[in-house]
Amino acid sequence: MNAVVIVGAGPAGIRAAQTLAAHGLRPCLVDEALQGGGQVYRRAPGNFQRPASQLYGFEARKAGAVHQALDALRGQIDYRPDTLVWNAEDGYLHTLNQQRVGTVKYDRLLIATGATDRILPVPGWTLPGAYSLGAAQIALKAQGCAIGEQVVFAGSGPLLYLVAYQYAKAGARVLAVLDSSPFAAQVAALPRLLRQPLTLAKGLYYRGWLTAHGIAVHQGAHLVRVDGERRVEAVTWQQGGKRHTLACDGLAFAHALRSETQLADLLGCAFAWSALNRAWLPSRDPAGRSSVPGVYLAGDGAGIMGADAAEMAGERAALALLEDLGVAIDAGRGAHLQRQLARIQGFRAGLEDAFPFPEDWARQAPDELMLCRCEEVSVGEVRGVVAQGHTDINRVKAHCRVGMGRCQGRMCGSATVEIIAQAAACPPQDVGRLRAQAPIKPLPFGVEVQP
Amino acid sequence: MALFKRLAGLDRASVPFTLDGQAVTGLVGDTLLVAVLTCAEHLRGSDFSAQARAGFCLMGACQDCWVRLGDDRRVRACATPLEAGMQVDREPGRRS
Repeated sequence: MNAVVIVGAGPAGIRAAQTLAAHGLRPCLVDEALQGGGQVYRRAPGNFQRPASQLYGFEARKAGAVHQALDALRGQIDYRPDTLVWNAEDGYLHTLNQQRVGTVKYDRLLIATGATDRILPVPGWTLPGAYSLGAAQIALKAQGCAIGEQVVFAGSGPLLYLVAYQYAKAGARVLAVLDSSPFAAQVAALPRLLRQPLTLAKGLYYRGWLTAHGIAVHQGAHLVRVDGERRVEAVTWQQGGKRHTLACDGLAFAHALRSETQLADLLGCAFAWSALNRAWLPSRDPAGRSSVPGVYLAGDGAGIMGADAAEMAGERAALALLEDLGVAIDAGRGAHLQRQLARIQGFRAGLEDAFPFPEDWARQAPDELMLCRCEEVSVGEVRGVVAQGHTDINRVKAHCRVGMGRCQGRMCGSATVEIIAQAAACPPQDVGRLRAQAPIKPLPFGVEVQP
Repeated sequence: MALFKRLAGLDRASVPFTLDGQAVTGLVGDTLLVAVLTCAEHLRGSDFSAQARAGFCLMGACQDCWVRLGDDRRVRACATPLEAGMQVDREPGRRS
């Protein structure tokens, strides 16, 4: 038997399913969300009448195409929305759907689990009204809401300008965009960014549009803290040694994205340090094969490359899977996709130059900053554990519970690596990576077991 | 006071539910998170300081938007569609 299962119905998972179905397979597509599209092409509920162009801007055509591809696959695939995969081992996925746990057997597995925002916290980041950039975008795109009446956007990365633009365009009051990356970095990165002139043009457009509409864009501007009693009332930021305070009731911030790698970890895939992503990522060959036979990786869950690359990587990994099954494929198509992916990788390197990681964030983080919002562990507590001689992140977690809470380090893990590395004066890769533990997301008590 | 501001899709039918026993309304198609945060400021109290929390990631990852329903189910507000008559209770959290 050849049960083929895909986890994640974003751009990578949907294109993978489409490719497998086109070659006569009937894959099972498991997705945690109620509707396919992933976070990037998240759909509003059915009754929500808004034109796609308003929801997605320039990406409307791509979003529509991905949604249509999934809709057209109904009947050809075993699509299981609203199904959380909370464990993977020995050829089985363990799932949760509507309070019922079950299993899905697989012979070959394609993991396309996407990403979440990479968060570098500041004091006050748990106040109601402070959200990740992705969250702010989802509130608008999927629910037609702004996260506040007067919103500040901070951090860095392409999403920063995109979401600020989308908010302003939708009628929200955008007070300021605080980009931690210096303007000089963006100028220096231009040659590499020109590998994808269309994407670059969009980025420049959002920025230009914001400026033309009187929205302040500050570069080399670092968020210092969020103030408020019961909700966000102001943010303080710093630029060139000078501090500024801005009254607002909403803040969206993030420094790019981080991959969701837990399933690959549970399955024993080899990981390697990615300097570009500043993270340990599951290794894959150019086609998407992991180190574990029968396990394939595609999309942002295996390294951040964006939605266009995710579509290509999903198709490419599906072709690899078919090839490994002995199904005849168009070899030229595989080579073509790999060339395109390599080109996007070059652009991705340019983006990293344009929006460099704020290396001094950890040094600036005060001891009292709450690093882990689940367990309420402070930066000072983590530094204390490092001072006792512990530098492996899993040891540090065992000592002070950082990353041990309900989110399993999804929100604090990247920042914790930086705090440990800075305190131990070692490079971030030497800190190691948080090991995934099943269940990778919380299971409610009283779940029913499927017969 | 509401935390979120509705900008689009205002022409949807309203859906009655209760928040901590008080009658309130959301709109058809709302998630619980949006239904609550368009009429209130938070979703739960944290487990160690009872600080107000109102979710953070909106994509089912941060686990900071759990609320309790009338049938005793605990759900992530960001991933749960609002249904008429739902009884949503916000847990106050604990001080350690």
